[in-house]
Amino acid sequence: MNTLSRRRFLKISAGTIAGLGAIDATRRVVSAASKVPKSGLQRIPTFCNVCFWQCGAIASVRDGELWKIEGHPLDPLSHGRLCPRGTGGIGAHSDPDRLRSPLIRVSERGEEKWKAVTWDEALSFIAEKMQKIKADYGPESFAAFIHGLGGTFLKHTLRAYGTNNIAAPSFAQCRGPRDVGFTLTFGDDAGALERTDIEDAQCLVLIGSHLGENMHNTQVQEFASAVGKGASIIVVDPRFSVAASKAKYYLPIKPGTDIALLLAWMNVIVAEKLYDKDYVDKYGFGFEQFAAEIQPYTPEWAYPETGIDPDTIRATAREMARYRPATLIHPGRHSSWYGDDAQRGRAIALLNALMGSWGRKGGLYAPSAMPVPAYPHPAYPTPGKPEVDNPNEKYPFANENISTGLREATLLGKPYPVKGWLVYATNLMYSLPNQAETIRAIQQLDLMVVVDVIPSEIAGYADVVLPEANYLERYDDLHTEPFKVPFIALRQPVVEPPDDQKPNWWIAKKLAEKLGLGAYYPWSDIEEYLAARLKAGGYSFDDLNRDGILLGKQPPIYFEDGAPATFDTPSKKIEFFSTQLQKAGFDPVPRYTRPETGAEGSYRLLFGRAPMHSFSRTQTNHLLMDLLSENAVWVNAAEATRLGLKSGDYVRLRNQDGEVSNRIQVKATERIRPECVYMVHGFGHTSRELRFAYGKGASDSRLITRYKTDPLMGGTGMNVNFVTIETEA
Amino acid sequence: MSRFAMVIDTRRCVGCQDCVVACKTENGVPEGYCRDWITEEAHGAFPTVQLEIRSERCNHCDHPPCVSCCPTGASHIHERGGVVLVTHDKCIGCKACLAACPYDARFIHPDGYADKCTFCIHRVEQGLNPACVSVCPTHCMHFGDIDDPHSEVSLLLNSRAHHALLPDAGTKPCIFYLT
Amino acid sequence: MTALALLPELTVSRHNPLVDPHLHIWEWQIPVYLFFGGLVAGLMIIAGVRLIALRPQQREALVCCTIGPLIGLTFLSVGMFTLFLDLSHKLYVWRLYTTFQITSPMSWGSWILLLVYPALGANALAHLPEAIPALAKRFPVLVTISDFILARVQWVVGIGVANVMVGIALGIYTGILLGALGARPLWNSAVLGPLFLFSGLSTATAVLHGILVITTPDDERPAFADFLLSALTQLTQARPLDKNIGPVLARADNSFLTIELALLGLFLLGHLTSTGIHQAAAGLLLTGSYAAVFWVFVIGMGIVLPLVLQSLELQDRIRHAIAPVILVVFGGIALRFILVYAGQESHWFQALN
Repeated sequence: MNTLSRRRFLKISAGTIAGLGAIDATRRVVSAASKVPKSGLQRIPTFCNVCFWQCGAIASVRDGELWKIEGHPLDPLSHGRLCPRGTGGIGAHSDPDRLRSPLIRVSERGEEKWKAVTWDEALSFIAEKMQKIKADYGPESFAAFIHGLGGTFLKHTLRAYGTNNIAAPSFAQCRGPRDVGFTLTFGDDAGALERTDIEDAQCLVLIGSHLGENMHNTQVQEFASAVGKGASIIVVDPRFSVAASKAKYYLPIKPGTDIALLLAWMNVIVAEKLYDKDYVDKYGFGFEQFAAEIQPYTPEWAYPETGIDPDTIRATAREMARYRPATLIHPGRHSSWYGDDAQRGRAIALLNALMGSWGRKGGLYAPSAMPVPAYPHPAYPTPGKPEVDNPNEKYPFANENISTGLREATLLGKPYPVKGWLVYATNLMYSLPNQAETIRAIQQLDLMVVVDVIPSEIAGYADVVLPEANYLERYDDLHTEPFKVPFIALRQPVVEPPDDQKPNWWIAKKLAEKLGLGAYYPWSDIEEYLAARLKAGGYSFDDLNRDGILLGKQPPIYFEDGAPATFDTPSKKIEFFSTQLQKAGFDPVPRYTRPETGAEGSYRLLFGRAPMHSFSRTQTNHLLMDLLSENAVWVNAAEATRLGLKSGDYVRLRNQDGEVSNRIQVKATERIRPECVYMVHGFGHTSRELRFAYGKGASDSRLITRYKTDPLMGGTGMNVNFVTIETEA
Repeated sequence: MSRFAMVIDTRRCVGCQDCVVACKTENGVPEGYCRDWITEEAHGAFPTVQLEIRSERCNHCDHPPCVSCCPTGASHIHERGGVVLVTHDKCIGCKACLAACPYDARFIHPDGYADKCTFCIHRVEQGLNPACVSVCPTHCMHFGDIDDPHSEVSLLLNSRAHHALLPDAGTKPCIFYLT
Repeated sequence: MTALALLPELTVSRHNPLVDPHLHIWEWQIPVYLFFGGLVAGLMIIAGVRLIALRPQQREALVCCTIGPLIGLTFLSVGMFTLFLDLSHKLYVWRLYTTFQITSPMSWGSWILLLVYPALGANALAHLPEAIPALAKRFPVLVTISDFILARVQWVVGIGVANVMVGIALGIYTGILLGALGARPLWNSAVLGPLFLFSGLSTATAVLHGILVITTPDDERPAFADFLLSALTQLTQARPLDKNIGPVLARADNSFLTIELALLGLFLLGHLTSTGIHQAAAGLLLTGSYAAVFWVFVIGMGIVLPLVLQSLELQDRIRHAIAPVILVVFGGIALRFILVYAGQESHWFQALN
């Protein structure tokens, strides 16, 4: 029995919260309106949704037209400056290819043939089928894949309906491994908004994190600030990223060998007694056993595995120790790489623990939130069956639902059939590995519903597609994510949706009503809901409408200032040695497994981010596509020359299972190791309805047919595919 | 007299193109066109690579060849700050200025006239910074008067190593890149 | 580490139409205009020199003075029309004539072109009744004007001088138009001015020579040429032209071709002894992507071959034919097309790519 609670998010509202007393409300008068007059300039506060960071923003509407959007000056996430996706997000409002009306398919799933219907027709269709599934199989046989804040009300409707089989791909496909690794060590995860105190870090270590290309706004701002202050940056990456170009030490590591490097660093730090002894003594558990376990992992041992010479390993370990506790080894974000990723997350956590950075300035701070009472509703029915995604706790340390587990259960019909899916704001064809498995799972369904803003590839497989109003056109639930400074942010409509698109709260409410669950929506519209919640918390909806953000008082965020040094682990301390892992049959201290190599002449496929795109959802935004309209495959310059390729040539990539990509242009560069290739994720769209995005660049997701599942928590390591390069005839 | 200039810290710049898209929305730059752009220059061989990232645009030169070649006077130097601007209804679209600019900073707007970065003079005259400077999330961009020895841009130029683009072209550009 | 690794990788996110991946703002309209401009300049200078040298007091059937100015006016108008076609903001073209920008070769040119019309026009009027007798019969005023001009030697010389000076200005400015653009290193040479002038002179001489060749009766002329010429003669009722000037024109053309070749050499020499950027620019023509068309079309077919053929003609080894004329005209067009296109590919950043 592990102590990883699935309801850890509730702990935050009970734990360190801002006092309700002194609320640092904004004094800046910003005119707000959801009914925008046709002339003059209106500035309306809201928050962005192009990625999950959700920065506070102020949109400008000039003569009734959406003009531009800028950062909200009081927003602690953006500090008044949006990232390029946020700045260009307004392109989504006028996207000619966006979904316009509810659609019901008139052909086979995937053929993208639709008839436009009314909302009433679409929702009745869905409700009828959902009731049938409930009657024939039970409500647990209806599952959902939901991403982001906009899914709050849909989750509410589904729980009222009786199912808890709701998963977010961001756990198993993204941050899950590192969160589990951190929770096993510290008793808490790295945070959805990572609790990284980069701006105060004097030494920042990035393992594969490519800040600057990966555009988590606050982190990039703080990274630049750290660079400006002369912080020592250490970058570990097979690719010479933008972050690497600002690093004091760039370690061109062989892909898949990061754990070996981390273990060697810990070995040096322990052997040379460079760790924060007071911190470890005070907060640590099992240090001696840990020290014994890592003794064999010398830099000399790590060198042939990683390709990083022992002197560099020692020098960088010493460099980290030099600046502790203001030494931050970044937890990373998308961490599902090789199948041993939770242990790698744990290794990163352990290294931070040795540096004493958890709970310290320049390391990992204690976040806080401003609680707003929930709107009261009847209790959810207790599901009659256990959740399907992790039968028999096969992955004992998964503390969130496993999306790929949900898919597998659907495919197999075991432990019980899953006959319906609702997919919200996640393009499963791009987020889950192995597209063929997703398609086969969908074929088992009696009902497939997709709620989206654009005709994504997954929408192409739906029975019913519901067009959502985009983030500039709707209210959402309140944004109260724990952060360095607690806040409440409001999303409100800046412009009207251009067609028959509806906000998610309306969709969820109407569906609930059709399912006979109207009692769970005792409010008539979203404004009533928001106003009531805020009032119950002692806040004013009108103020929030006008100002967009309410800031709370920042509580102590470092142990030294009084932040509670508590660790929700079995030992109630930082677990250098994890007895719960040992009891479950796993390595109590991370161990290194040499990654498999590909066939001769093939390259490991690596993927990552570009600062002007989010996932696969922005390639239809004309503004953002003007910045980057297609991805390129990075090929080491010498390799490219050997293959007779130069930058700008178009090639296709064929993976180990014979899957062939769309045409993609070559970037022959000195900035990547010879045995791997790299591309930005999200391109190569195949949905014919995405007329503008169609065929531009290539899709890494298509080539990710193989994945390695993390035995601790079900995460899907995706950097395990190998490709050969095929030139155009 | 004032002389506006930009000072851009290439150490902090990550090449995210926020400056590009902020300019596009602020100024209504048509799709397919940009007034500013990102240049990445990489030297060396893996893994010993140096990368300089620059946000580039019209350099609002002190000796602008695009002004001297213009047959109608449409391309001119603004009375304030040395900003190089184009009067749309004097421009005949002969494109000599596009040919004259060694930085390829200009383009022909779909409406027919030559267009380029204006240093957001409409914002500057209201006491604001250009849109690109205001949006930059790494705070690497600075704008100001280099004729004022106490301005932020002057102080930066005096305290950090910097270079401008194509110094031998004789254009005397007013965008400086801190290294 | 290979030599290639020493060159920087340059990635530019800009993708502006007409500018990226390299400048391509000027297409056929500009080389066509430059060609006609040079041709007209040559025609003006030749006609002007003839007027100054001969001081004719009555109309004579001289090709330089009769047909020359007329085709000059025609080609000039065609050239200016193609120039107008190139403008992307056409409605504002009148702005050229609301100001004079002394540093702008294009401003100089727009005013020079205005002067060309009266100079060339006066030149044409002096001999118009000889060129097109049919027209003079219909409009007797033309005879009056012609007589008036030819009766006054100062007027004749004055028109001649004006034509020579404006012609030289026209010829040189077309070269300076490109030459003053320092941003395009291939063009950046003052030699381009006289180069275009002498190219224009050689083309004009060739054209006039060609007209003489065609209008001289010849048993071997193809039937359609005969037909056209007789129709033209009937229409205009013109007298046969004085063909004694033929060898003079051929000799003059050879001189101009030789000077043009020398100027091309100096042009390239200037680049090859200048900076790396200029050396690379010259390389575009000499050994690079434009080498084939440059050596074959401009040098070979456009200069050397007609030089040889015309020399043979002058030695009476072969008869005067139209072939050298066509080659010289072709060479003049090719020179301008290649320079305009190659120049747009030359760049200050070229050394890095």
